[in-house]
Amino acid sequence: MKVTVTVRPRAGILDPQGEAVRRSLEGLGYAASDVRAGKVFDLDLDVGDAREAVRVAGRIAEQVLSNPLIEEFDVAAQEPVRL
Amino acid sequence: MSVAVLAFPGSCDDRDALRAVALMGAEPVRVWHADSDLGGAGAVIVPGGFSYGDYLRPGALAALSPAMAAVRELAAAGGPVLGICNGFQVLTEAGLLPGVLRPNAHLQFRFQDVALRVQRESAWLPGVVAGDTLEIPVKHHDGCYFAAPAQLEELDAAGQVLLRYVHNPNGSVENIACVTNAAGNVAGLMPHPEHAVDPLLGSVDGRILLQGLLDQAVAVEAAI
Repeated sequence: MKVTVTVRPRAGILDPQGEAVRRSLEGLGYAASDVRAGKVFDLDLDVGDAREAVRVAGRIAEQVLSNPLIEEFDVAAQEPVRL
Repeated sequence: MSVAVLAFPGSCDDRDALRAVALMGAEPVRVWHADSDLGGAGAVIVPGGFSYGDYLRPGALAALSPAMAAVRELAAAGGPVLGICNGFQVLTEAGLLPGVLRPNAHLQFRFQDVALRVQRESAWLPGVVAGDTLEIPVKHHDGCYFAAPAQLEELDAAGQVLLRYVHNPNGSVENIACVTNAAGNVAGLMPHPEHAVDPLLGSVDGRILLQGLLDQAVAVEAAI
């Protein structure tokens, strides 16, 4: 089951990488008032259904893929979740 | 007294740490990341470098290694654990120290001697008192210490901040350079005590923290 975990800096946390990108965009003439840099993880989990995959991916994101002090995440199933 | 120095794929300061331990008169023991015991050592140094290539977040994957499970056990039993640079990152990611290390606020690598103001007397800092200044080199890109405001208040109140930068090299919140866990037996800092042990290379202030590590290990052993 394929799921995507997106990790991004928490709101209010200084993101120097995003800020460096923003400044470069400005140099190219793009007016961006804010850029935040995160990470995307595509997981293919050996579990029964998409709902379970989302649950397990959430646990993985919390334990490993993100640091809750500075980052938040969301999980999206790439296959329809049957409720 | 023997001191374990962990070595991960990508560690680069483990050899200097091993040498520094020997200079201090203790017996260094190199512990590979896949080892699940510390070879009987009573103290641990988690050294600097780029464990697992800094993949994911610096220290995040090293924190999950078998050797770190052994470090957790020693720390829980009161044994002293010192994290230096990447080792500091590993200990925060492992949850053994509060806070987290982020990319330097200016996104530049820093390689320089820094002055560190002692905040309080501590077993980690034998022979020095609050207000003293230590000089120890830093070399890092991801040394910007961060903790949320509520957590910072707790750290201040509990006396868990041992050293602050006199001139902040990386954007660390409240100039914090060295913190301990609540029990006080786990400490981490970005500056490198193991690079400041020989007068030939400048400061020998790194010896103070290493002596603190050894003193605590001896005290823990005597108590058993």
